[in-house]
Amino acid sequence: MADVRELHKLLMELDDQLVTCMRCGMCQAVCPLYAETGREALVARGKIALLEHLAHEMIKDAAGVQEKVETCLLCGACAANCPSGVKVLDIFLKARAVLTGYMGLPPAKKLIFRGLLVRPGLFNTILGLGAKLQGLFVKPVNEMLGSSCARFQSDVIGDRHFPALAGEPLHKLVPSLDTAKGNSGLKVGFFPGCMVDKVFPRVGKAVLKVLEHHGVGVFLPGHQACCGIPALSSGDRKSYDVLVDKNLECFAGGSFDYLVTPCATCTSTIKKFWPTFADSADQGRREALVALAAKTLDINEFLVDILKVQPSGVPGAKDMKVTVHDPCHLKKSLGVAAQPRQVVRLNPNVELVEMKDADTCCGCGGSFTLLHYDLARRIGKKKRDNIAASGAQVVATGCPACMLQITDMLSKAGDRVAVRHPVELYAETLG
Amino acid sequence: MLSDALIKKFKEIAGQANVMDDEADRHAYSYDSAVLQPVVPALVVRPESTEALGKVVKLCGENGLPVTVRGSGTNLSGGTIPDPRDGVVILTNALNRILEINEEDMYAVVEPGVVTAKFAAEAAARGLFYPPDPGSQAVSTLGGNVAENAGGLRGLKYGVTKNYVMGVNFFDTEGEKIVTGSRTVKCVTGLNLAGLMVGSEGTLGVFSEIILKLVPPPAANKAMMVLFDDVAKASETVAAIIAAKIVPCTLEFLDNFTIRTVEDFAHAGLPVEAKALLLIEVDGHPAQVADEAAQVEAICKKMGATRVQVAQSAEERNKVWEARRAALSALARVRPTTVLEDATVPRSKIPAMIKALDEIAAKYKLLIGTFGHAGDGNLHPTILTDRRDTHEFERVERAIDEIFEVALGLGGTLSGEHGIGMAKSKWLAKETSRGTILYSRRLKKALDPKDILNPGKILGEE
Repeated sequence: MADVRELHKLLMELDDQLVTCMRCGMCQAVCPLYAETGREALVARGKIALLEHLAHEMIKDAAGVQEKVETCLLCGACAANCPSGVKVLDIFLKARAVLTGYMGLPPAKKLIFRGLLVRPGLFNTILGLGAKLQGLFVKPVNEMLGSSCARFQSDVIGDRHFPALAGEPLHKLVPSLDTAKGNSGLKVGFFPGCMVDKVFPRVGKAVLKVLEHHGVGVFLPGHQACCGIPALSSGDRKSYDVLVDKNLECFAGGSFDYLVTPCATCTSTIKKFWPTFADSADQGRREALVALAAKTLDINEFLVDILKVQPSGVPGAKDMKVTVHDPCHLKKSLGVAAQPRQVVRLNPNVELVEMKDADTCCGCGGSFTLLHYDLARRIGKKKRDNIAASGAQVVATGCPACMLQITDMLSKAGDRVAVRHPVELYAETLG
Repeated sequence: MLSDALIKKFKEIAGQANVMDDEADRHAYSYDSAVLQPVVPALVVRPESTEALGKVVKLCGENGLPVTVRGSGTNLSGGTIPDPRDGVVILTNALNRILEINEEDMYAVVEPGVVTAKFAAEAAARGLFYPPDPGSQAVSTLGGNVAENAGGLRGLKYGVTKNYVMGVNFFDTEGEKIVTGSRTVKCVTGLNLAGLMVGSEGTLGVFSEIILKLVPPPAANKAMMVLFDDVAKASETVAAIIAAKIVPCTLEFLDNFTIRTVEDFAHAGLPVEAKALLLIEVDGHPAQVADEAAQVEAICKKMGATRVQVAQSAEERNKVWEARRAALSALARVRPTTVLEDATVPRSKIPAMIKALDEIAAKYKLLIGTFGHAGDGNLHPTILTDRRDTHEFERVERAIDEIFEVALGLGGTLSGEHGIGMAKSKWLAKETSRGTILYSRRLKKALDPKDILNPGKILGEE
């Protein structure tokens, strides 16, 4: 364990940001964890107070503070609703790095981040193997959702219902790509993200189909690494920096107008956190990260705001009721909410129906769902109820992590509701 | 330190998960929204039923443990900062059931932990109106609103929380349930204990149920934004509107500093050159609204307003209020610490108060943005500072002292809506009298002989 004085010193460096919280408590109104637990230590105001108390040596319990600070979905609802503009997510991510530095990274995370995630080749191989063997361990439960559950008692999987690893990940189907600009005169870099690559390659294929249809050139370098958010949110800055560097290297080789991703989490990580957490780097790296971040767009945003894709005007049957779930990382972090709905409407058969609280967190929160499944499930249950009440046959959402969580919730409830990415619904209409 | 045996008793009553005794959890209940030193409680208990609440209070009473009841902890006067001597925080946020909304008789019965805005929305869904709208209503609880006698933007016409409390049930320190007030409009049964409890800031009992009056919603409303090139003209206009016997539902004031800050932050198209803004809304029967809006417009022009913009649609009305809603957010971003005061003066004294605030800002070299409920004399001079700068913060404290001095000198009061709590108790005698304090202390002593109900609040330390 590192020196406690070092811990206080590093936390004091956060003090300028901590002190901007005026303790008004408005974060309580929107925090999914507070709604579920009513516990002040789990809402942004409480966590900030605890960090400040720890920094000022008023409290000794660093482990207790770490546990509270890590019990957070990082959904950003508090930051979006904060009258004082407290940069809550920046604070929490920095604090997690400081606290993890002091307490040490738990062995399981060390193995996953430092042993596996930072070696994209090995990561792909292991999960590829997993995809081939998973039939032995999991069994399908809901054909419409494509969900499975564990055949045997398993601590990690529990009683989750999840989409199985894809038989052929995207990087096997399309190892790399470098196509010229077509009619659009544009070319994009494509960052599918781990979840699309390994669980939902169909989303990646839909993106490529749509881009080709609109004459957009694609630069898809092989050997892309994870965007880094699991490591960053666990306070493992070391692995995070390695991952960011690997990706920077991947994309340095191509020339493109925009970097698009079909993953809300990857988009917000690249766009917001890559430049924010570039402090340990030299100036060249920092500039490259800032430049790449400025080019980064969610795929829905790219289609609507840049390509200005319009509905075909061909009248459709309107026989598919679709409701849209706003991923936190799209709406609260990037302010993207209208575009996914526009993309869904590009399918002439779609009737868009809004669910209650479309923009509240589904409860996934990345690795939160692994560590706090009971809370994740309670929050997800509300999302499921709202989806079911909307009467939709399809729920569309621009985040593969949300897709995973929502699939689990719907599958457990035995719902016949399909989970799709908006781009999939559009791609279906293109020959 | 509380003994393990005692903590076990709390757990038996409230359930294992509802008793928090670890250090990090307790630290999360050491503060509220006031800029005051935090105090860490010895224990935090979150009863899920009113029966459990009563038993928890009784257990505290038997053991002489100081009790601070907390809803959402949004109050601005330190009313929910616990007592340093083994203080127990009782959370009410699990007691959040709306027990009854009676449309025929227009009242509701609620538990203390119901969030104000949720309750107002629920009433609105039944075609009824709960007017008190404190700035924190999205999170504040009704129990806290009653305990602090919270106000809001509609205080001018509709009054504050006390005008809507028909009755409260509460526990005394022995866990006895006290029933006061009624579901009837008229009720003179017994002492007016409900009246005593409103604004008592948790010093006389612990609420378990509250009966609230509801009213029919206004059929129409009209909002306008009025610009002035001179602060005195704006404040004189406020006085003139009231003098003309017109009572708008809302009459808000923003000074130039606040206007500029809001504009920088929200880009709402506000006139940054205006020295002051009034945001005025009248509501009621459509004919009355049309008539009053025309009168208000005429008065504003006569008093020298440079522009009167009457909202022609719901969208424009919303735009009028956007500026006001953004005021605190915008100011809060200027400096790390935001000290929001609520000294209140008779409406006719608003011009003098605003002038004094300007002078105080200059004298103590402080940034003070002033906005607030001009219509009821309740201004919010908002001091923008950094509590870590001890020299500056000393000037802030002296400025606050002077603000109260001026407000009291003008026949005003220490607090329009935030309560006295810990922040203002030292001033209480100045506004009232020595006799008032002694009388209040005797009252508290009789009802709470061990002084366990939110000790130190309102009446200070003996």
